[in-house]
Amino acid sequence: MSGKLYLARNKSVAARLLGDEMMLMSGKDSTLFSLNPVASIIWNAADGATPLDEIVASRICPEFDIEAEEALRDAETFARELAGHGILQVSDEPIARPASTQQEPK
Amino acid sequence: MSMLMLDMTDKALKLRVPFTVQLDLTYRCNERCVHCYLDHDDHGEMNTAEIKKLLKELADAGVFILVLSGGEIMLRKDIFEILEYARELTFCIKLKTNAMLIGDHEADRIRELGVESVQVSIYSHRAEVHDAITKVQGSLERSVKAIRFLKSKGLKVIIANVLMKQSAQDYPGVQALAKELGVEATLDPTVTPMMDGDRGNLALNIDENALREVFRDTGLVADVDKFCAVPEKAGDDTLDFIPCSAGHSAAYVSPYGDVYPCVQFPLPSGNVRQKKFIDIWNYSDELNEVRSIRVRDLPNCSACGNITTCTRCPGLAYMEGNMRGPSTQDCEKSYARTGIESVNLQKKKAGASAGLVQIRGLGGNSTLVNIQAVAAMGEGASA
Repeated sequence: MSGKLYLARNKSVAARLLGDEMMLMSGKDSTLFSLNPVASIIWNAADGATPLDEIVASRICPEFDIEAEEALRDAETFARELAGHGILQVSDEPIARPASTQQEPK
Repeated sequence: MSMLMLDMTDKALKLRVPFTVQLDLTYRCNERCVHCYLDHDDHGEMNTAEIKKLLKELADAGVFILVLSGGEIMLRKDIFEILEYARELTFCIKLKTNAMLIGDHEADRIRELGVESVQVSIYSHRAEVHDAITKVQGSLERSVKAIRFLKSKGLKVIIANVLMKQSAQDYPGVQALAKELGVEATLDPTVTPMMDGDRGNLALNIDENALREVFRDTGLVADVDKFCAVPEKAGDDTLDFIPCSAGHSAAYVSPYGDVYPCVQFPLPSGNVRQKKFIDIWNYSDELNEVRSIRVRDLPNCSACGNITTCTRCPGLAYMEGNMRGPSTQDCEKSYARTGIESVNLQKKKAGASAGLVQIRGLGGNSTLVNIQAVAAMGEGASA
């Protein structure tokens, strides 16, 4: 990855934690996704202000036995895939959130 | 339903998470549908703050699919405030409405708020039939116009059509209308009894022959032979099934805060004005009783030849007097599908054939002529 990548949850996405899986439904086409625990951490941390490398370093690597470089590569692939479905916004600059900020899903 | 949604629903069932909740925001309505099961007076519906508090409790309890219905939800002046808050809480929001109050502006806002789908009731493609059912002149035109607005914003719209005697021949027309509008259409051949127990509106149900035709309509049923086949015999696995998701992964909350297993299962299980939703969900004796029931515990139904394909509704059974008993409307639907008469229907027929006039002694020489058998036969014929 060449530079910083910032992620923000799309406000029209439905999301809920069910057991250890995060369920997401795209507001665009009602496609349903289920995220594993690592992907759920990225989703929850996607506040538009924290860069992806920091999310990986501070919240994924300490919890899962994985190298930072490999984790970051996987995380970026995941983020761009969700962005393709309109679930996440991805930018190389911090993403401003609307005044009515979406709450982190339970 | 996608495989993933089925998996998630199954997981919610195992974890006993209330995956889907229908919340009726009001029973007030701007239509007066002849088959409706509700009393439309306002007996003290929850205010905005109470609704918001409940929504937070539902999110905390793990509710994913939130169905907002009524009455007519657009009669609530705070509907968009409620929707905005539900959006913040990341629900998958589905709306049920007659859409008569949805114009271009409202459709825009609904789209902005990420509503997953909007279900609109249409009973006939002919205004004279639809409007006679809703008792509102021009209602079909207004609902269809709203569907066009909603559709033009990119929203998913579903037409819900309840089959009744007066509209039984019109469902192909409604299907064609849905196709023209580019929306889905569903068909429900069951009129639900009034929530207060009055069963008078069941006389509107379509008859056995009409049901049989609907179930054999290749325009509706992809594989009629399979759908109407004699069901497989129930094995132990079937008998261990739960009869329905009501109370297991689904619940209903009325505008007054009453919690029931389902909108069609009016077993009072607690009130969110007195207790937190999660405490009602976890500890209500009524919900726990519903959860304890398995198919093998149903005295009539567990031995019925239709048990593996029957759509028996425990709520309709409850409204007939016994949540473990049969639901006659579903017995009739199964009979129309498979030709197998349930024990319940056989009993009703046997009761009816006892004769139109029964005479039993009242002691001494007096007699009482009653019409119980006539009533039983009438019920069997109309439901």
